[in-house]
Amino acid sequence: MRLVEHATPSSRIGVVLIGAALVVLTFAPYWGDRQTLRLLVEVFTFVALASLWNLLAGYAGLVSVGQQAFVGLGGYLLFALAMLLDVHPIAAIPIAGVIGALVAIPVAALIFRLRGAYFAIGTWVVAEVFRLLAAQISVLGGGSGISLPASVVQAMAPSRQMREFETYWLALGLTVLVLAAIVALLRSRHGLALTAIRDNELAARSNGIHVGRIKLAVYVLTAFGTSMIGALIFLQKLRISPDTAFSVSDWTAFVIFITVIGGIGRIEGPVIGTVVFFLLRQTLSDLGSLYLLMMGTVAIVAMLWAPKGLWGYIAERFSWQALPLQRHLVLQKDAGGKT
Amino acid sequence: MPDAPLLEVKAIDAFYGDFQALFGVSLTVHSGQVITVIGANGAGKSTLLKTIAGLMHPHHGEILFGGSPTTQLPAFEVLHRGVALVPEGRRLFPSLTVEENLLIGGQSRRPGPWTLGRVYELFPVLAERRELPALALSGGQQQMAAIARALMANPVLLLCDEISLGLAPVVVRDIYARMPHIVAEGASLVIVEQDIMQALRAANHVYCLQEGRIALHGPAGELTREAISAAYFGV
Amino acid sequence: MHWLNIILQGVLIGGLYAMFAAGLSLIFGVMRLVNIAHGDLIVLAAYIALMVTQALDVSPLTSLLLVVPLMAVIGYTLQRGLLNRTLGDDLLPPLLVTFGLSIIIQNGLLELFTADSRKLQAGPIEVQTFQLMQGVWIGILPLIQFVVAIGIIAGLETLFYRTALGRAFRATSDDQSVAQLVGLDTRHIFALAMALSLAVVAIAGVFLAVRANFDPAIGPARLIFGFEAVVIGGLGSMWGTLVGGIVLGVAQAIGAQIDPGWQLLAGHLVFLAVLAVRPQGLFPKVSG
Repeated sequence: MRLVEHATPSSRIGVVLIGAALVVLTFAPYWGDRQTLRLLVEVFTFVALASLWNLLAGYAGLVSVGQQAFVGLGGYLLFALAMLLDVHPIAAIPIAGVIGALVAIPVAALIFRLRGAYFAIGTWVVAEVFRLLAAQISVLGGGSGISLPASVVQAMAPSRQMREFETYWLALGLTVLVLAAIVALLRSRHGLALTAIRDNELAARSNGIHVGRIKLAVYVLTAFGTSMIGALIFLQKLRISPDTAFSVSDWTAFVIFITVIGGIGRIEGPVIGTVVFFLLRQTLSDLGSLYLLMMGTVAIVAMLWAPKGLWGYIAERFSWQALPLQRHLVLQKDAGGKT
Repeated sequence: MPDAPLLEVKAIDAFYGDFQALFGVSLTVHSGQVITVIGANGAGKSTLLKTIAGLMHPHHGEILFGGSPTTQLPAFEVLHRGVALVPEGRRLFPSLTVEENLLIGGQSRRPGPWTLGRVYELFPVLAERRELPALALSGGQQQMAAIARALMANPVLLLCDEISLGLAPVVVRDIYARMPHIVAEGASLVIVEQDIMQALRAANHVYCLQEGRIALHGPAGELTREAISAAYFGV
Repeated sequence: MHWLNIILQGVLIGGLYAMFAAGLSLIFGVMRLVNIAHGDLIVLAAYIALMVTQALDVSPLTSLLLVVPLMAVIGYTLQRGLLNRTLGDDLLPPLLVTFGLSIIIQNGLLELFTADSRKLQAGPIEVQTFQLMQGVWIGILPLIQFVVAIGIIAGLETLFYRTALGRAFRATSDDQSVAQLVGLDTRHIFALAMALSLAVVAIAGVFLAVRANFDPAIGPARLIFGFEAVVIGGLGSMWGTLVGGIVLGVAQAIGAQIDPGWQLLAGHLVFLAVLAVRPQGLFPKVSG
């Protein structure tokens, strides 16, 4: 008999609901219009980016304000592979991911020498270096950026509608993949180690957990995912420039806001947070800097008075879980029926 | 009519998160007294001192100092009222020299007999080492410095947490030999001690804590060894 | 000779970077807080100086008389009202709150002042130079700024090691609980440290505003320069911060000579090199 079970009553419901939602979303190209599809792609990419940031910060304790380095890297790699090496744009996405992961290794070797908030700023410096280097590459547009040539765009699909459908399914698929990988990781032995690190790093270390190695692995895996998402984002945008590729506000500020509001350190958090973020954006429409101002204020308020985020509050209050991630012991019943 | 007590601890409960460390503990100190609190490790002795000093706050009960409640006051305010704690493990400031540790002990500028000069008279070895970083001193010297630092605040009530810990007996005796001077200058003492014999020699009145409760208390001379053993170990 | 001028310029701007770094380093030393909004607060000071010089028709130097106390009060209030709540063992709250603050300040300034570039006018002194020797010229303003930077660092060292307040800072940084036991109100001490940090930020902001154009978005870069100066110089060492600033300034100056687009990159690469080869910095403080 299994000693450790993951499911709870609420997580069983959660899995069913998620499954139903996935079916509906898969058929979105048939019931949704072009606007809706574009919005959904944005939602998916933010869910993925926020989930990856959450893994890094909420579980491995590596707070990065420089993930835009890999978003931009992924984007530029896609353009480089497609334009300069004639790689099919869709195939370029996973390749960009792999290269991003490889780049993450020497980057980690450097910035892991910094601790805490200094590490965070270090990640920012790395993103700045990437941005400045990108501006030096004239074949990819230098400082003003470049558009994806028609030949590459056509290679994806002959009609614009087909391209939009493909991009949509790619985004959905990639996001589901990222979330599934995170769930699988957290359910595994390594996931248990991560949760231990999250709760008390010193204690985890003294229990024999190789904290340094795990952090490196998580950093590299996150870079892999983030680079692929970045590639996809700029495939959809059809145009890239150093400032948009490595934008702090787009790829870090929004992501942090989403994760803080939704709940750091819980897998459901980024999903809830993204929904809230987009609801706010739709209702308030883009007010530019005023919107960012409000966002910053809400994030501060949330961090101080609701540090566990919306989902954190709900999960504790009602003991809900959307996904079977808990671990609880199943006790044997003896012959007398007592546990 | 007996004079009002200097310190009254009335039935306090203290917690570390969910763990209860003190159960309805009461204690009284009159001016000029030396009280010792003994008990096994984990009995709650340090918790009691920390709560009196204001580093922790009880969930129930109250603490009156000089007649006024100090129960929820933060530690720095309790110091300003005249209660100084010599914390367990000395805990001198590593970034400061010996003299700087003493000076910062006096930063509250409370009036009283203790000045840098007087403190150096009490502990001449500190004067010799005044410019050294605090942690360059031996264990016994650090303990003297920690006591001296607390004295610089001219406390009316001095709380000492395990000052004999980790020190050689001759050093401990040396330190305890100064206690009468301290009392003579006007401070009352509450001493937490592991060394029971030392505690009984120094005190007027003894409290014995056992798993967070007062198991025994009375004048030092009147308590029998059997009674103390029973209270200490809970048999 | 040409190169000597370049390097000299780099050294002098290193003084400005050291000013950026000093405030950052002070806060980290006293309360282990890294203020991500530090650069944006420098820009805020620049805008306040702008308003003061325009409203009262005074020179930037005179405006310091108002800007420094104002920024100090802002620092005290900010720490006491907001940042004290984030202090503790968890590293996430101070980081995310100061990050949120950074976003608020940037966008608030954007709303109030638009993205237009501004500059403070200090008059003819901005272009005056004097000749050090044959073919070598030093700008008067950059020199003044460098001397002020040295003065600030010397002042902070003196404060920390020779005054009662400095003792209080060091003690609180060592052991918050025991600092309370000697009667220090640590909330007040932290707020004073932040007030001091922002006073330095005010001076840095005014010098920045006189030296070059500024707009609401340049804050993060100033944070990064200050941070790089701290890391290159060595955590915990004020004078090391000056050296770090100089190294950064010289690297940037040399980079700019090679190619204007390489100015910032050169600085970052030197930072990364130091991180790779000597991560504790050039002059790390030995004590704990």
